[in-house]
Amino acid sequence: MSSLSAALRDSSVIAGRNLRNVIRTPGAMVTSVAQPIMFVLLLAFVFGGTLGGAEYRTFLIGGILAQTLTFNASFTAVYLAKDLQLGLIDRFRSLPMSRGAVILGRSSADLVTSLLSIAVTLLCGLAIGWRMTNGLGPALIAMGLLLLFTFAVSWVGAVIALTARSVEVAQSLGLIWLFPVTFISGAFVSVQSMPGPLRNFAEWNPVTAVATSVRELFGNAEPQGFAPPSGWPADNALLYAVLCCVAIIAIFAPLAISQYVRISKR
Amino acid sequence: MIRVRGLCKNFGAFRALDELNLDVLPGQVLGLLGPNGAGKTTTVRVLTTLLAPDAGEVTVAGHSVMADPDSVRRSIGLSGQYAAVDEKLTGYENLVMVARLYGMNRKTSAARATELLDEFRLSDVAGKRSGAYSGGMRRRLDLAGAMVARPPVVVLDEPTTGLDPRGRLDTWAVISSLVGNGTTVLLTTQYLEEADQLADNIAVIDAGRVIAEGTASELKSRVGSERIDVVLVRQDSVDSAAAILGRIAGAAPEIDRQTSKVSVAAPDGHHMLVRALGDLEIAQLQVVEAALRRPTLDDVFLQLTGQRPKAAAASNTTDVASSGVGQDQEVLLS
Repeated sequence: MSSLSAALRDSSVIAGRNLRNVIRTPGAMVTSVAQPIMFVLLLAFVFGGTLGGAEYRTFLIGGILAQTLTFNASFTAVYLAKDLQLGLIDRFRSLPMSRGAVILGRSSADLVTSLLSIAVTLLCGLAIGWRMTNGLGPALIAMGLLLLFTFAVSWVGAVIALTARSVEVAQSLGLIWLFPVTFISGAFVSVQSMPGPLRNFAEWNPVTAVATSVRELFGNAEPQGFAPPSGWPADNALLYAVLCCVAIIAIFAPLAISQYVRISKR
Repeated sequence: MIRVRGLCKNFGAFRALDELNLDVLPGQVLGLLGPNGAGKTTTVRVLTTLLAPDAGEVTVAGHSVMADPDSVRRSIGLSGQYAAVDEKLTGYENLVMVARLYGMNRKTSAARATELLDEFRLSDVAGKRSGAYSGGMRRRLDLAGAMVARPPVVVLDEPTTGLDPRGRLDTWAVISSLVGNGTTVLLTTQYLEEADQLADNIAVIDAGRVIAEGTASELKSRVGSERIDVVLVRQDSVDSAAAILGRIAGAAPEIDRQTSKVSVAAPDGHHMLVRALGDLEIAQLQVVEAALRRPTLDDVFLQLTGQRPKAAAASNTTDVASSGVGQDQEVLLS
């Protein structure tokens, strides 16, 4: 068997195991379901009235998707840290299996959790008046981009877990970076309204690119009062978003695997 | 089957393994005995390719852990210090997963899992989630996981730590049956009776070095003869009693103040006991208990390292001549 097909087979065994775990821990799924609902309602009705009412609610959904999927990186971090703490990673590392399979199996399984988050967010969106107006083709491209993005950020979660080594540390480290990264972005507001350095950060933030692309693909416009995004990343949002995902994977996957190979519990 | 030469491993400034040498012959069970922090787990992690050594040469089943770790992984089964089972999966699913990761197809994996569950007396709970298992059952499942690919070498890191007495006996029975199959086993333990019970050979390690090696009875005979234990009524009479016993035996006794116990090697067993009791009587030191016994591995350890292993460390033992006797013994044995 070639090493690539062996790696894929090992990853699918691990992914299957992870999915069983997710299904048998219904409590863990509550977060991935409740969080998008909570943010949709919070932003749509607490902030939304000030920010543009019905128009803002339509605008919001792309941002919530980008935010929710970034947050899913913390699930990857926590699950992986748990396996490490339980000694399961030791067992896997002592087996003649492919080196990247444990993490690839993790991030693949987390795609399923992400699909659930996407579905819940879109249903919420439909309930508050969001619609996709560009047809099915672009909508499918948007879904593809969202899955690529969540797959990419879960490698960041993996690096966090393998650096933190304990569930508690992985939990807090895995969560803390998410707030600046998702909020200093165009996910919920106009980037143009931010002061200098924050604006630069937000303009080039992959979360902004994902939110902007998804809105474009769904055919959702900015509310009246929002300055439309400008600059290269905004003009080429989809291209830039895909490039970001590829870059994140290119940086964090080798990092995660090299940490996995060397990791020791003490 | 396992050959270790000059193995060194540092963690920062801490030298975990210091020129460690080990040999385990095919079909043999080697017990690696030592207190916490002696380097047992580090040795296991190097042998199972989980940790890269800083220096030295380590081969398992003819493969170098550095040059050919994948071949080592194919010849070795590991059961780590914590039973590494997925609690959300059933016993059966856990074993199928491991079998699949060894590259077996679905059918073979299923058959192997069923076979192992039977062999490790887990058939009744095969369909239950392993999170609901008792400590002993989890440990057996973990051991079964180590045996999936029928590896010629099995490494067990403290296989009974944290188990109740029942679980411990169960685990011992399982390990003994492995040994019957001709599997080469390296097991680490803090329990002297466990090494005595399961191992053909024992390597005592302390501070990352092997300080003694041999069969349990060889180690015991090296410590010397029988020992006299005397327990006194009054705690403040232990020093006088120790002086008397020391004079009779011509060796430094070991004093445990907490239990008012004095213990000394007695080359001339029961004659010495009779004399000791007589002299203690004359000195008017009242005795609760006096006994002549064969040396235990506890004594071996004390002689070699100047400290009791962890299992017995709760009692506040002070060895009067720890440095002197300990060093002599070490020179003699190494």
